[in-house]
Amino acid sequence: MIEDQLYRETLLEIYRNPTNRGEITKPDLEAKLVNPLCGDEVKLQIKLKRGEIVEKALFSGNGCAISQASAALLAESIQGKKLSSVNKLRGNDILKLIGINPSPSRIGCALLSLEVLMEALKSGSKS
Amino acid sequence: MKVETKTKPNLDTDKIRKDFPILSREIHGKPLVYFDNAATSQKPKQVIAAISNYYEQHNANVHRGVHKLSEEATAAFEGARKKVADFVNAGDMRQIVFTRNATEAINLVAYSWGRKNIKKGDEILLTQMEHHSNLVPWQLLAKETGAKLKFIPISESGELRIHVLELEKYVTSRTKLVAITHVSNVLGTINPVKQTIEKIYERSTKNFELRPKVLIDGAQAVPHMPVSIQHINPDFYVFTGHKMLGPTGIGVLYAKKELLEDMDPFLSGGDMILEVDWEKSSWNYIPWKFEAGTPDVAGAIGLGAAADYLNSLGMKNVREHEKELTAYALEKLSAVKDLVVYGPKDPEKRGGVISFNIVKNDQVAIHPHDLASILDTEGIAVRSGHHCAQPLMKVLEIPAAARVSFYIYNTKDEVNRLIPAMEKAKRIFKL
Repeated sequence: MIEDQLYRETLLEIYRNPTNRGEITKPDLEAKLVNPLCGDEVKLQIKLKRGEIVEKALFSGNGCAISQASAALLAESIQGKKLSSVNKLRGNDILKLIGINPSPSRIGCALLSLEVLMEALKSGSKS
Repeated sequence: MKVETKTKPNLDTDKIRKDFPILSREIHGKPLVYFDNAATSQKPKQVIAAISNYYEQHNANVHRGVHKLSEEATAAFEGARKKVADFVNAGDMRQIVFTRNATEAINLVAYSWGRKNIKKGDEILLTQMEHHSNLVPWQLLAKETGAKLKFIPISESGELRIHVLELEKYVTSRTKLVAITHVSNVLGTINPVKQTIEKIYERSTKNFELRPKVLIDGAQAVPHMPVSIQHINPDFYVFTGHKMLGPTGIGVLYAKKELLEDMDPFLSGGDMILEVDWEKSSWNYIPWKFEAGTPDVAGAIGLGAAADYLNSLGMKNVREHEKELTAYALEKLSAVKDLVVYGPKDPEKRGGVISFNIVKNDQVAIHPHDLASILDTEGIAVRSGHHCAQPLMKVLEIPAAARVSFYIYNTKDEVNRLIPAMEKAKRIFKL
């Protein structure tokens, strides 16, 4: 059943009670993006250790179950990781992380958090 | 709300459905329920055949050729213009300009009429329920000219606040243009455009050149109800073919002849000129002055066939069918717990468009995209999102909404399938 793939119970549980949701007062890296298609909004903030390791990553925003659960899982997955390895994350990694294969019209929801992450990484290189 | 079931149906939906090949498709193993008609309608085989027949039998470029095929293509193209003019009772068919869609028709007005007539300090009056297509072109025009945009607000019930006294607040001596949607693509509200235009004209100078011009966006009206442009009496009226059984790529601008005569061209090039010299050219007669380049001949012919098809059903019957279906759906949806419907509750005041959300504790409990994905697994096509009306979403204080919209081939049985699908979505989201 497709809906079981798209709306796995574990994913919905994360949507209802997301981990890593909140705001960091003085983040080292930060970005926010809106998916113009549906208005999904994800902000990602990152606190670094020694300028190269993710000490803490929190997301905030609102939108559909897919976009919000994906952001929660992504924030969780990069904790303690080196920026050099975080930088290598690609779309397939996110789909594996959330464990679903969305239809073409919903893939943007799933990958919004990855786009935000890449923007956040760029925000560091500017400062 | 009472739903009449004993009277003779307005439309023979069994017969109509046989004309639409796509309706026999299955989606995710379930028969398709197509409830996304406000986005685009499906096409009957009569329209598809008219387009094929043009390409198979009459294809040639229009207007310039003296050979037989070119004469046939020109006759079919201009014949389509006449059919479209008659369909909306536009009077003189030279007042019908073919465009790509309603958006292009509005852009044409903003460019050709607006840039000539709107000056710094002038006001353009819109409403809070406009589609982006009847907002963004005016934003650009206002930015370029220094004109100001004003908005007629909507009431709690999703209707315009345009009683005479309130209208006085908005229509001032600086108002040069009023642009209003005929039927809202989100709320379904049918705006009293004729009465509004009468009030605006009454309040303004009788001098045609000086009084504000009124543009009506009829994209959601012309496909669904009898529309007589001469009766409504706007200066500009726009609509599109693909929402009324026609192909994509063909839209319509109606404008009063004297305005079209006075307006400068929109796009320029071939077919829109009378004489071309090295340094200057003179413009073709209306409407061709506004149709530069080879037009969408097949599209126009397809739209003409769509008008024929709708005429054969009768637009009054189309409206009655949708009104009955909307009343039925509103009643059924009211039984779904936590479901909030936006827009007027009275089916007399709304078209066949219903936007809604599942709301709990004042929060949208299932994001419309999630709802639409789950309905899709049941073969039900609905739209979700901001419906190209982001400012209106802000007024309604919601991020987005789900929307069902009906047409001639939809049935009560299909509405019945919607309800368990919604319950399924609520089960998945544990509501």
